[in-house]
Amino acid sequence: MTCENNERLLRAYFDAELDLVRSLEFEEHLNTCPRCSGELREQQTLRNSIRAANLYERAPDSLRARIQATLPAEARPQSISTTRRPVIEWLAIAAAILIAVFLGVKVIPDIRSQKQNLVAEEIVASHIRSLQPGHLMDIESTDQHTVKPWFDGKLDFAPPVVDLATQGFPLVGGRLDYIGRRNVAALVYQRQKHFINVFIWPEEKNSAKPPEVQTMQGYNVVSWSHNGMNFCAVSDLNSMELRQFADLLSR
Amino acid sequence: MRDENREPRQTGSFEQVVLPHLDAAYNLARWLVRKPQDAEDIVQEAYLRAFKFFGGYQGGDARAWVLKIVRNTSYSFLEKNRPASLAEEFDETIHTAVSEQSGVEGAILQSADSEMLREALDELPVNFREVIVLRELEGMSYKEIAEVMGKPIGTVMSGLARARTQLKNRLMRMRAEEGQRDLRK
Repeated sequence: MTCENNERLLRAYFDAELDLVRSLEFEEHLNTCPRCSGELREQQTLRNSIRAANLYERAPDSLRARIQATLPAEARPQSISTTRRPVIEWLAIAAAILIAVFLGVKVIPDIRSQKQNLVAEEIVASHIRSLQPGHLMDIESTDQHTVKPWFDGKLDFAPPVVDLATQGFPLVGGRLDYIGRRNVAALVYQRQKHFINVFIWPEEKNSAKPPEVQTMQGYNVVSWSHNGMNFCAVSDLNSMELRQFADLLSR
Repeated sequence: MRDENREPRQTGSFEQVVLPHLDAAYNLARWLVRKPQDAEDIVQEAYLRAFKFFGGYQGGDARAWVLKIVRNTSYSFLEKNRPASLAEEFDETIHTAVSEQSGVEGAILQSADSEMLREALDELPVNFREVIVLRELEGMSYKEIAEVMGKPIGTVMSGLARARTQLKNRLMRMRAEEGQRDLRK
């Protein structure tokens, strides 16, 4: 009953609004305070019920079409030129392609980002599949020194395996997966009741890319590259904490 | 370096920046005004407004920018057509009446089905529906919600806490009523 001071902290913690240090401090408090940990469980139950209830109302296709149809006509003066569009548009596309081919740069990132999207879709599908009973882990261990050697001989690369238990993301296991037509390592971490799948495979061009967050089918996906590896973390965990997790992993 | 950032940072066309948030826009409008047809009209109007103001969009969080317009359009609609629905904003009688019975929520909440949840959320005052939708369905941070609502973060936090308590209490009440009905069968 003495935890009123912590009420704000608890809410901020629950909504992932605390920085790492303060959230670790609060986790310590949670271990010793049944009232706060009980309240946290209640909040989590409410959140789970809301998520399970599928309350999100997506825009009907008819509305999408209506908006796309009315916007340029009503609000865009330059749409007059659309009557002459076919020829001009084709010329423009041709010119764009020529310039792009000539410069050899512009189209490549676009193709790459499309490819990344496909990979992200595959990754979300794999994440969902992994959460079905018995699919999550091939090797169940919280010890990075057990998980890492397990991959030996199963992959043509050695994925970096680190435990982040002290930072609130314990490693719980690993498995082999197949993404983008190749075998990849999947590490499984946990944040409270959320599972995080991290997919790892070698980066061909050895280029580094900072973490980038995407949302897909309600899951958050963070992808980045460093030290010659591609990483892609996916979870129903909120984007802020997932991002925090990615930062920890790419240190 | 800084000065470069001061330049209009608006990257991409209206279609690229604003249209991707149509689902978010509709979801918010739908939960604020409740009726699908009204929500569609509001989103369409909001998108026209967004188009007109797009020149002033300085880059940054496009979703929050769009949702702010949708929110304002929804509230104008409610003020004009259903002023009574805005009056319930500060009604906390239910909140204070039931909040004493803490401790049993967990068990009760677990069996809250989607129909019940939908109904309970629909019954909340509009400003409470709003914070729940932005936080739980849209997954926005306090800062983003504050931007959408045009209110300080502290107000967002306390509103969210009260909204959650009310939602929980409504679910408990509905569950209890259902239990009584089952007993009578």
